[in-house]
Amino acid sequence: MHNYTYSNKRVQLLLGFIIGMIFGFLLQKGGVTNYNVILNQLILRDFTVAKIILTAILTGTIGIYLMNELGIIQLQPKPFYLNGILVGGLVFGVGFALLGYCPGTAAGAIGTGSVHAFFGAIGILMGVEIFSMTYPFFKNSLLKKDYGLITIPEILGVGSLVLILFMLISFFLFFLVMIV
Amino acid sequence: MDYLFLARWSPWIVGIGIGALVWISFLFSNRAIGVSTAYTRMGGIIELFVRGEIVKEREYFKKFVPKVDWEWMLVLGVIIGSFISSILSGQFKVEFVPVFWSKAFGESIFLRLITALLGGVLVGFGARLAGGCTSGHGISGTSQLAVSSWMALILFFTGGIGTAMFLFNLIGGI
Repeated sequence: MHNYTYSNKRVQLLLGFIIGMIFGFLLQKGGVTNYNVILNQLILRDFTVAKIILTAILTGTIGIYLMNELGIIQLQPKPFYLNGILVGGLVFGVGFALLGYCPGTAAGAIGTGSVHAFFGAIGILMGVEIFSMTYPFFKNSLLKKDYGLITIPEILGVGSLVLILFMLISFFLFFLVMIV
Repeated sequence: MDYLFLARWSPWIVGIGIGALVWISFLFSNRAIGVSTAYTRMGGIIELFVRGEIVKEREYFKKFVPKVDWEWMLVLGVIIGSFISSILSGQFKVEFVPVFWSKAFGESIFLRLITALLGGVLVGFGARLAGGCTSGHGISGTSQLAVSSWMALILFFTGGIGTAMFLFNLIGGI
Protein backbone atom coordinates (compact mmCIF):
# COMPACT_ATOMS: atom_id res chain seq x y z
CA MET A 1 0.00 0.00 0.00
CA HIS A 2 2.74 2.40 0.97
CA ASN A 3 4.81 1.82 -2.11
CA TYR A 4 1.75 2.61 -4.15
CA THR A 5 0.93 5.86 -2.34
CA TYR A 6 4.60 6.92 -2.24
CA SER A 7 5.02 6.58 -5.97
CA ASN A 8 1.67 7.98 -7.11
CA LYS A 9 2.61 11.55 -7.90
CA ARG A 10 -0.88 13.02 -7.97
CA VAL A 11 -1.87 11.38 -4.70
CA GLN A 12 1.31 12.76 -3.14
CA LEU A 13 0.69 16.32 -4.35
CA LEU A 14 -2.85 16.14 -2.99
CA LEU A 15 -1.59 14.72 0.33
CA GLY A 16 0.98 17.50 0.60
CA PHE A 17 -1.76 20.03 0.04
CA ILE A 18 -4.12 18.49 2.63
CA ILE A 19 -1.39 18.12 5.25
CA GLY A 20 -0.40 21.73 4.54
CA MET A 21 -4.00 22.92 5.01
CA ILE A 22 -4.25 21.22 8.39
CA PHE A 23 -0.80 22.58 9.32
CA GLY A 24 -1.86 26.13 8.37
CA PHE A 25 -5.14 25.74 10.21
CA LEU A 26 -3.30 24.62 13.36
CA LEU A 27 -0.73 27.42 13.12
CA GLN A 28 -3.48 30.03 12.93
CA LYS A 29 -5.49 28.46 15.75
CA GLY A 30 -2.34 28.32 17.85
CA GLY A 31 -1.82 32.06 17.37
CA VAL A 32 1.62 31.69 15.80
CA THR A 33 0.63 33.28 12.48
CA ASN A 34 0.31 36.43 14.60
CA TYR A 35 3.41 38.67 14.59
CA ASN A 36 2.71 39.94 18.14
CA VAL A 37 2.64 36.41 19.58
CA ILE A 38 5.98 35.51 17.98
CA LEU A 39 7.72 38.72 19.07
CA ASN A 40 6.39 38.38 22.62
CA GLN A 41 8.01 34.92 22.62
CA LEU A 42 11.31 36.33 21.38
CA ILE A 43 11.43 38.89 24.21
CA LEU A 44 10.44 36.04 26.57
CA ARG A 45 7.14 37.57 27.66
CA ASP A 46 4.76 34.91 26.28
CA PHE A 47 5.64 31.24 25.82
CA THR A 48 2.98 30.15 23.34
CA VAL A 49 5.52 29.43 20.59
CA ALA A 50 7.73 27.35 22.90
CA LYS A 51 4.75 25.36 24.18
CA ILE A 52 3.62 24.52 20.65
CA ILE A 53 7.07 23.61 19.35
CA LEU A 54 8.04 21.49 22.36
CA THR A 55 4.69 19.67 22.46
CA ALA A 56 4.97 19.01 18.71
CA ILE A 57 8.51 17.66 19.13
CA LEU A 58 7.59 15.36 22.04
CA THR A 59 4.52 14.06 20.21
CA GLY A 60 6.45 13.72 16.98
CA THR A 61 9.37 11.88 18.58
CA ILE A 62 7.19 9.27 20.28
CA GLY A 63 5.36 8.39 17.06
CA ILE A 64 8.41 8.59 14.81
CA TYR A 65 10.54 6.31 17.00
CA LEU A 66 7.66 3.88 17.55
CA MET A 67 7.04 3.58 13.80
CA ASN A 68 10.77 3.32 13.19
CA GLU A 69 11.02 0.53 15.78
CA LEU A 70 8.15 -1.30 14.06
CA GLY A 71 9.93 -0.89 10.71
CA ILE A 72 7.06 1.02 9.06
CA ILE A 73 9.11 4.13 8.38
CA GLN A 74 12.75 5.10 8.08
CA LEU A 75 14.32 8.09 9.77
CA GLN A 76 15.69 10.79 7.48
CA PRO A 77 17.77 13.08 9.70
CA LYS A 78 19.46 16.07 8.06
CA PRO A 79 23.27 16.08 7.69
CA PHE A 80 25.29 17.74 10.43
CA TYR A 81 27.21 20.57 8.74
CA LEU A 82 28.50 22.11 11.96
CA ASN A 83 29.80 25.38 10.45
CA GLY A 84 26.90 25.89 8.06
CA ILE A 85 24.35 25.35 10.83
CA LEU A 86 26.26 27.62 13.20
CA VAL A 87 26.38 30.58 10.81
CA GLY A 88 23.10 29.86 9.01
CA GLY A 89 21.23 29.29 12.26
CA LEU A 90 22.30 32.64 13.72
CA VAL A 91 21.63 34.54 10.47
CA PHE A 92 18.19 32.92 10.40
CA GLY A 93 17.61 33.97 14.01
CA VAL A 94 18.45 37.63 13.33
CA GLY A 95 16.12 37.61 10.32
CA PHE A 96 13.45 35.81 12.38
CA ALA A 97 13.37 38.74 14.85
CA LEU A 98 13.34 41.39 12.09
CA LEU A 99 10.60 39.71 10.07
CA GLY A 100 8.68 38.26 13.01
CA TYR A 101 7.90 35.08 11.12
CA CYS A 102 9.71 31.96 10.00
CA PRO A 103 9.08 30.64 6.45
CA GLY A 104 6.09 28.49 7.51
CA THR A 105 4.37 31.02 9.75
CA ALA A 106 5.00 33.75 7.12
CA ALA A 107 3.01 31.66 4.63
CA GLY A 108 0.28 31.20 7.24
CA ALA A 109 0.28 34.92 8.08
CA ILE A 110 -0.21 35.81 4.41
CA GLY A 111 -3.42 33.76 4.62
CA THR A 112 -4.60 35.88 7.55
CA GLY A 113 -4.06 39.14 5.61
CA SER A 114 -0.61 40.17 6.85
CA VAL A 115 0.90 42.41 4.16
CA HIS A 116 4.27 42.66 5.93
CA ALA A 117 4.44 38.84 5.97
CA PHE A 118 3.99 38.98 2.19
CA PHE A 119 6.96 41.35 1.93
CA GLY A 120 8.84 38.98 4.22
CA ALA A 121 8.05 36.08 1.89
CA ILE A 122 9.42 38.08 -1.06
CA GLY A 123 12.53 38.67 1.06
CA ILE A 124 12.78 34.93 1.78
CA LEU A 125 12.60 34.23 -1.97
CA MET A 126 15.41 36.76 -2.51
CA GLY A 127 17.44 35.14 0.28
CA VAL A 128 17.14 31.62 -1.13
CA GLU A 129 17.97 32.95 -4.60
CA ILE A 130 21.14 34.59 -3.26
CA PHE A 131 22.04 31.28 -1.61
CA SER A 132 21.42 29.31 -4.80
CA MET A 133 23.85 31.63 -6.65
CA THR A 134 26.53 31.52 -3.95
CA TYR A 135 26.13 27.79 -3.17
CA PRO A 136 29.38 26.74 -4.97
CA PHE A 137 31.31 29.02 -2.58
CA PHE A 138 29.60 27.70 0.57
CA LYS A 139 29.86 24.11 -0.60
CA ASN A 140 33.63 24.46 -0.45
CA SER A 141 33.75 26.41 2.79
CA LEU A 142 31.08 26.30 5.52
CA LEU A 143 29.40 23.19 4.08
CA LYS A 144 32.61 21.27 3.49
CA LYS A 145 32.73 19.33 6.72
CA ASP A 146 29.72 17.05 7.21
CA TYR A 147 29.62 15.12 10.49
CA GLY A 148 26.99 12.79 9.07
CA LEU A 149 23.39 11.82 9.72
CA ILE A 150 23.75 11.43 13.47
CA THR A 151 20.97 11.34 16.05
CA ILE A 152 21.10 11.87 19.81
CA PRO A 153 20.15 8.23 20.72
CA GLU A 154 22.99 7.02 18.48
CA ILE A 155 25.45 9.17 20.40
CA LEU A 156 24.04 8.07 23.75
CA GLY A 157 23.66 4.46 22.63
CA VAL A 158 20.09 4.05 23.91
CA GLY A 159 17.35 1.99 22.23
CA SER A 160 14.10 3.33 20.81
CA LEU A 161 11.85 1.92 23.52
CA VAL A 162 13.87 3.44 26.36
CA LEU A 163 13.76 6.67 24.45
CA ILE A 164 9.99 6.61 23.98
CA LEU A 165 9.52 6.00 27.69
CA PHE A 166 11.89 8.86 28.48
CA MET A 167 9.94 11.15 26.12
CA LEU A 168 6.61 10.22 27.70
CA ILE A 169 7.97 11.07 31.13
CA SER A 170 9.43 14.38 29.89
CA PHE A 171 6.10 15.14 28.23
CA PHE A 172 4.33 14.65 31.54
CA LEU A 173 6.86 16.70 33.52
CA PHE A 174 6.94 19.49 30.92
CA PHE A 175 3.16 19.67 30.98
CA LEU A 176 3.14 19.75 34.76
CA VAL A 177 5.73 22.53 34.96
CA MET A 178 3.89 24.65 32.40
CA ILE A 179 0.50 24.17 34.04
CA VAL A 180 1.61 24.97 37.58
CA MET B 1 -18.37 22.30 15.46
CA ASP B 2 -18.16 25.41 17.64
CA TYR B 3 -14.56 24.48 18.21
CA LEU B 4 -13.66 25.43 14.64
CA PHE B 5 -14.85 29.00 15.22
CA LEU B 6 -12.78 29.61 18.36
CA ALA B 7 -10.15 32.36 18.09
CA ARG B 8 -7.47 30.31 19.82
CA TRP B 9 -6.84 26.69 20.66
CA SER B 10 -4.70 25.55 23.56
CA PRO B 11 -1.02 25.42 22.52
CA TRP B 12 -0.91 21.82 23.84
CA ILE B 13 -3.65 20.73 21.44
CA VAL B 14 -2.02 22.57 18.54
CA GLY B 15 1.39 21.07 19.37
CA ILE B 16 0.00 17.53 19.57
CA GLY B 17 -1.81 18.12 16.27
CA ILE B 18 1.38 19.27 14.55
CA GLY B 19 3.28 16.30 16.02
CA ALA B 20 0.62 13.97 14.62
CA LEU B 21 1.00 15.63 11.21
CA VAL B 22 4.70 14.75 11.35
CA TRP B 23 3.72 11.06 11.79
CA ILE B 24 1.19 11.24 8.96
CA SER B 25 3.73 12.80 6.59
CA PHE B 26 6.26 10.07 7.36
CA LEU B 27 3.71 7.29 7.14
CA PHE B 28 1.82 8.26 4.00
CA SER B 29 4.32 10.40 2.10
CA ASN B 30 7.68 9.20 3.43
CA ARG B 31 8.41 12.88 4.02
CA ALA B 32 9.55 15.12 6.83
CA ILE B 33 7.46 18.30 6.93
CA GLY B 34 9.57 21.25 5.85
CA VAL B 35 8.97 24.61 4.25
CA SER B 36 12.13 26.40 3.13
CA THR B 37 12.89 24.04 0.21
CA ALA B 38 9.57 25.11 -1.30
CA TYR B 39 10.80 28.71 -1.32
CA THR B 40 13.94 27.52 -3.13
CA ARG B 41 11.85 25.80 -5.79
CA MET B 42 9.54 28.82 -6.06
CA GLY B 43 12.52 31.13 -6.52
CA GLY B 44 13.74 28.83 -9.28
CA ILE B 45 10.30 28.69 -10.92
CA ILE B 46 10.08 32.49 -11.02
CA GLU B 47 13.61 32.73 -12.41
CA LEU B 48 12.72 30.12 -15.06
CA PHE B 49 9.93 32.40 -16.27
CA VAL B 50 12.21 35.41 -16.39
CA ARG B 51 15.48 33.94 -17.64
CA GLY B 52 14.48 30.66 -19.23
CA GLU B 53 15.93 27.14 -19.17
CA ILE B 54 19.49 28.28 -18.47
CA VAL B 55 18.53 28.57 -14.79
CA LYS B 56 18.37 24.76 -14.55
CA GLU B 57 22.13 24.65 -15.15
CA ARG B 58 22.82 26.19 -11.74
CA GLU B 59 24.31 23.57 -9.43
CA TYR B 60 21.89 24.27 -6.57
CA PHE B 61 18.87 23.84 -8.86
CA LYS B 62 20.16 20.43 -9.91
CA LYS B 63 19.85 19.44 -6.26
CA PHE B 64 16.50 21.22 -5.82
CA VAL B 65 14.84 21.16 -9.24
CA PRO B 66 12.53 24.17 -9.72
CA LYS B 67 9.13 22.45 -9.93
CA VAL B 68 5.91 22.01 -7.99
CA ASP B 69 6.40 19.12 -5.57
CA TRP B 70 4.91 17.76 -2.29
CA GLU B 71 6.47 20.47 -0.17
CA TRP B 72 5.42 23.25 -2.56
CA MET B 73 1.83 22.00 -2.28
CA LEU B 74 2.23 21.87 1.50
CA VAL B 75 3.11 25.58 1.63
CA LEU B 76 0.18 26.44 -0.64
CA GLY B 77 -1.99 24.44 1.77
CA VAL B 78 -0.60 26.35 4.77
CA ILE B 79 -1.67 29.68 3.22
CA ILE B 80 -5.17 28.37 2.48
CA GLY B 81 -5.60 26.48 5.78
CA SER B 82 -4.60 29.54 7.76
CA PHE B 83 -6.91 31.70 5.64
CA ILE B 84 -9.87 29.39 6.35
CA SER B 85 -9.08 29.32 10.06
CA SER B 86 -8.79 33.13 10.29
CA ILE B 87 -12.08 33.59 8.43
CA LEU B 88 -13.88 31.06 10.66
CA SER B 89 -12.64 32.78 13.80
CA GLY B 90 -13.22 36.31 12.44
CA GLN B 91 -9.54 37.19 12.70
CA PHE B 92 -8.77 37.87 9.05
CA LYS B 93 -7.38 41.39 8.87
CA VAL B 94 -5.28 43.27 6.32
CA GLU B 95 -2.32 44.31 8.43
CA PHE B 96 0.57 46.59 7.44
CA VAL B 97 2.03 47.54 10.83
CA PRO B 98 1.44 45.16 13.78
CA VAL B 99 0.77 46.53 17.27
CA PHE B 100 3.94 45.19 18.86
CA TRP B 101 6.08 46.84 16.18
CA SER B 102 4.27 50.21 16.31
CA LYS B 103 4.72 50.44 20.09
CA ALA B 104 8.48 50.53 19.55
CA PHE B 105 8.97 52.02 16.08
CA GLY B 106 5.79 53.93 15.20
CA GLU B 107 3.24 53.67 12.42
CA SER B 108 5.51 54.08 9.37
CA ILE B 109 4.42 51.48 6.82
CA PHE B 110 7.63 51.91 4.81
CA LEU B 111 9.88 51.18 7.81
CA ARG B 112 7.91 48.05 8.74
CA LEU B 113 7.79 46.66 5.20
CA ILE B 114 11.47 47.29 4.48
CA THR B 115 12.45 45.62 7.79
CA ALA B 116 10.22 42.64 6.98
CA LEU B 117 11.83 42.36 3.54
CA LEU B 118 15.36 42.54 4.96
CA GLY B 119 14.46 40.05 7.70
CA GLY B 120 13.07 37.75 5.02
CA VAL B 121 16.33 37.85 3.05
CA LEU B 122 18.27 36.77 6.17
CA VAL B 123 15.69 34.10 7.02
CA GLY B 124 15.80 32.65 3.49
CA PHE B 125 19.57 32.72 3.23
CA GLY B 126 20.12 31.44 6.78
CA ALA B 127 17.62 28.61 6.37
CA ARG B 128 19.36 27.31 3.25
CA LEU B 129 22.82 27.60 4.80
CA ALA B 130 21.60 25.79 7.92
CA GLY B 131 19.82 23.18 5.76
CA GLY B 132 16.27 23.87 6.96
CA CYS B 133 13.96 26.18 8.87
CA THR B 134 11.77 26.08 11.95
CA SER B 135 9.67 23.32 10.34
CA GLY B 136 12.24 21.09 8.65
CA HIS B 137 14.87 21.39 11.39
CA GLY B 138 12.77 22.79 14.24
CA ILE B 139 9.93 20.26 14.25
CA SER B 140 10.60 17.34 11.87
CA GLY B 141 14.34 17.12 12.43
CA THR B 142 14.19 17.56 16.19
CA SER B 143 11.41 14.92 16.35
CA GLN B 144 13.91 12.49 14.83
CA LEU B 145 16.35 13.69 17.49
CA ALA B 146 18.87 14.66 14.81
CA VAL B 147 21.89 16.44 16.28
CA SER B 148 21.93 18.88 13.35
CA SER B 149 18.33 19.93 13.91
CA TRP B 150 18.59 20.41 17.67
CA MET B 151 21.62 22.61 17.14
CA ALA B 152 19.77 24.57 14.42
CA LEU B 153 16.66 25.10 16.55
CA ILE B 154 18.70 26.34 19.50
CA LEU B 155 20.61 28.76 17.24
CA PHE B 156 17.42 30.02 15.53
CA PHE B 157 16.08 31.06 18.92
CA THR B 158 19.44 32.29 20.25
CA GLY B 159 19.73 34.67 17.28
CA GLY B 160 16.03 35.55 17.43
CA ILE B 161 15.86 36.24 21.17
CA GLY B 162 19.13 38.20 21.17
CA THR B 163 18.08 40.37 18.22
CA ALA B 164 14.52 40.93 19.47
CA MET B 165 15.68 41.93 22.95
CA PHE B 166 18.27 44.29 21.51
CA LEU B 167 15.79 45.87 19.08
CA PHE B 168 12.66 46.05 21.18
CA ASN B 169 13.83 46.17 24.79
CA LEU B 170 17.03 48.16 24.43
CA ILE B 171 16.27 50.44 21.47
CA GLY B 172 12.48 50.33 21.32
CA GLY B 173 11.97 50.60 25.08
CA ILE B 174 9.33 47.87 25.36
